[in-house]
Amino acid sequence: MTDVAVETSPTLEAEEHHGTSTGISNEKLAMWVFLGSDCLLFGALISTYLLVRHRSESGPEALRDPSHVFDIPFTSVSSFVLLMSSLTMALAVGAIHRGDVRRCQAFLATTALLGATFIGGQVYEFTAFYNEGLGFTTNLFGSAFYTLTGFHGVHVSVGIMFLMSLVVMSLKGNLGPDKAETVEIFGLYWHFVDIVWILIFTIVYLIP
Amino acid sequence: MAIVERPATPALQLPAGPQATARPLGAFTRPSSTVGWKSWLTSVDHKRIGIMYGASALLFFILGGVEALMIRVQLTAPDSKLYSADLYNQIFTMHGVTMIFLVVMPMGAAFMNYLMPLQIGARDVAFPRLNAFSFWTFLFGGLFLNTSWFLGGGADGGWFAYAPNTSVTFSPSHGMDFYALGLQITGIASLVGAVNLIVTVLNMRAPGMTLMKMPVFTWMSFVTQLLLVFALPVISVALVLLTLDRTFDANFFNVEAGADPLLWEHLFWIFGHPEVYILILPAFGVVSEIIPVFSRKPIFGYPFMVFSGIAIGFMGWGVWAHHMFASGMGPISVAAFSMSTMFIAVPTGVKILNWLATMWGGRIKFTTPMLFAIGLVTMFTIGGLSGVTHAVAPADTQQTDTYYIVAHFHYVIFGGALFAFLGGFYFWWPKVFGYFLNDKVGKWQFWLTLIGFNMTFGPMHILGLQGMPRRQHSYKADYGFELWNYVATVGAFIIALSMLVFGWNILQSWRSHKANPVEPGPDPWDARSLEWMTASPVPTHNFDTVPTVSHLDEFWHRKYAEDETGRVVRVKSSEEVAQKGDAKNVHLPSPSYWPIVLAAGLPLIGYGLMFHLGFAALGAAVVLLAAYGWGLEPADDPEAAHGHGHDDDDNHNGRDESDDDVSASAEEDPVGSRVGTAEAGEASASAKDEGKSND
Repeated sequence: MTDVAVETSPTLEAEEHHGTSTGISNEKLAMWVFLGSDCLLFGALISTYLLVRHRSESGPEALRDPSHVFDIPFTSVSSFVLLMSSLTMALAVGAIHRGDVRRCQAFLATTALLGATFIGGQVYEFTAFYNEGLGFTTNLFGSAFYTLTGFHGVHVSVGIMFLMSLVVMSLKGNLGPDKAETVEIFGLYWHFVDIVWILIFTIVYLIP
Repeated sequence: MAIVERPATPALQLPAGPQATARPLGAFTRPSSTVGWKSWLTSVDHKRIGIMYGASALLFFILGGVEALMIRVQLTAPDSKLYSADLYNQIFTMHGVTMIFLVVMPMGAAFMNYLMPLQIGARDVAFPRLNAFSFWTFLFGGLFLNTSWFLGGGADGGWFAYAPNTSVTFSPSHGMDFYALGLQITGIASLVGAVNLIVTVLNMRAPGMTLMKMPVFTWMSFVTQLLLVFALPVISVALVLLTLDRTFDANFFNVEAGADPLLWEHLFWIFGHPEVYILILPAFGVVSEIIPVFSRKPIFGYPFMVFSGIAIGFMGWGVWAHHMFASGMGPISVAAFSMSTMFIAVPTGVKILNWLATMWGGRIKFTTPMLFAIGLVTMFTIGGLSGVTHAVAPADTQQTDTYYIVAHFHYVIFGGALFAFLGGFYFWWPKVFGYFLNDKVGKWQFWLTLIGFNMTFGPMHILGLQGMPRRQHSYKADYGFELWNYVATVGAFIIALSMLVFGWNILQSWRSHKANPVEPGPDPWDARSLEWMTASPVPTHNFDTVPTVSHLDEFWHRKYAEDETGRVVRVKSSEEVAQKGDAKNVHLPSPSYWPIVLAAGLPLIGYGLMFHLGFAALGAAVVLLAAYGWGLEPADDPEAAHGHGHDDDDNHNGRDESDDDVSASAEEDPVGSRVGTAEAGEASASAKDEGKSND
């Protein structure tokens, strides 16, 4: 929805000319290329998970089947929280394009908070699984599960650090409408990480 | 990181004036020197970084070469007991890893970093500091990998490190940890570099330089970087899994826990086969620059050259499992990958034919670079043909893990990539360093290399077909392997001699240039692309004015035109066309300490994961601090920016458009007016741009 606001923003004109051959700024293009590369990173991790998830032959019998371990309602809630953070991220981008620095600040902080809530949920989930006996080294499924979701968690955590840096920049007055594209480029990353979670949630938790 | 870098404007208007006073994090004053050894540590100039890549690659080449000689010494005679099987494993593994990741890849990076921005008429790459970071990360990663010799022994699982053979049970030393972490670090370097160069090609082209006017070398670099961007994350995942298994007892390759040993093979070769093209495509690009210049003809079938390169880039993703025909993955997979592997020979064959057709009917000058380029065309063809024999799965089952394979990949990587890069050194040396390498000595080197190379690797075909397995530290006397092994060892020492000749040539040519300077001028070979249109050695700012491009082989078209009878004649001398390189007050990106500091944190993390997590924490702190220091430091120093503002603002009072018109009247006017001219071109180009987007 806010993207509509972005489209009609008067700053759009100015943004289309970066003096580059493609008209896209170097930073934004670099982010797209990096995200393309990151697709392959998660592609390889997800493939690994799919290959090994039903192959565990060590550790307690009950912990070899993923469906015995997951708490789908809990993870659904934390997934919803993460998806909402994409909404606030989009709102932050919209705000800064309109020149509304204060609102941008608030939305960025909210995004960070929602992201941190998701990470908190992941920490809780990992602890609960661990207490049930599923450690990183217990069986093949454990190794693959913690690695895949952990990689995603690291991506979210790096994102939160970036968000907090942006908020600090903004509080210091260094994130005005002239830096709207910085927020937008970070938004690309954040949305990407969310989309990856949709895949992981579907593949790891929902598909039996 | 890229987010915080400020947009680099097309001309990268870069300061030459008062220097940098910003103190990001209060840690360092921004570096300002541009001379002396210290300036190299903080340099963000793509040309210096290219030179450093090349120098590091040559240093690692000595290391990898010594390892190669050690292998050959061991195998000279049967029943050799010089080294134990264990040490032999480490030597051949480190030879392979060094040659692939620390020699051929960075040598390609050296050419790409130095030449690609020049060939597209840019002042620098899109992210100069990231470029410096790539180099230092590569160098530190390479050094990190080689410190394993002093910390418990080198990697010993072969360059493709098949897990579970590389698990702690079978490889208890830290060698494989060094392998996994070291390649992870150099992988970061390549990934960052690839993102940077892709953005550079797409975004930093001079006005008029459309994609289909880019030189073939730039095209091949671009395809290479795309392969890197998509292939590296896959090997990163494989290496992470291996590290987790070895260091944190995960079960990915633990067969007792149910793991599938094919996992590593697939992950590795999904990276590994594109990697093969990552090694060879820059070399194809180099040869595609050399052959037209010394055949006095344009490249034959330019679009075919470009699209066959792109085709290789795509098809390279569909052939990985031909490395695994003996793994028992099933007849359908084998048949499919067998077919695709035969198909990928087609675009490569197109390239070979195009080089031949470029030479056909040309007035060929057999200079050293040309000899090396022809060396690639012939030697790579031999390697390519033996490659097609691997595509035939039943035959491959016989050849797998024999010296036939060793012969094949040395013919494509040494006979291909290394021949091209040696030719490239001779070709661009005057451009980069301002003096010629001696051509006569160069020819001696070429013939020595060619003879030594064929003596070393030619017999390996026979040895392989006789059944000599690779990676065995000795063989029995009655197997019939003695003669060809002996020949191969003699050949290896001839190669070593040829490389000594190369080193001697570099030194001696420099000395004789000092004693009796012969200036190569901007265009010593009467060449075709933009890098020859500026002074030699290239000034820091590359071009006095960014050229406006209207042709493929722009520089050549500015020198030659058709006369009334339709004959192509020279209309201007190179010196008339080339820029003087003496412009002042060109705004350049400011040097920075942060890339090298950030890069230094990564090996610390690596050591920490092996020996004490405290180091890892320290390394992570360095990385984090440096990342913030970097982020807070402006890409271009604003202090230094003013005073010689953007070129388009002043002194272009509607001058002629002669820069667009190649056959325009003589260009005797001094630099100053050419500044105006090119600006007019640039301005009109951007005006056109605006027109387009307003439509």
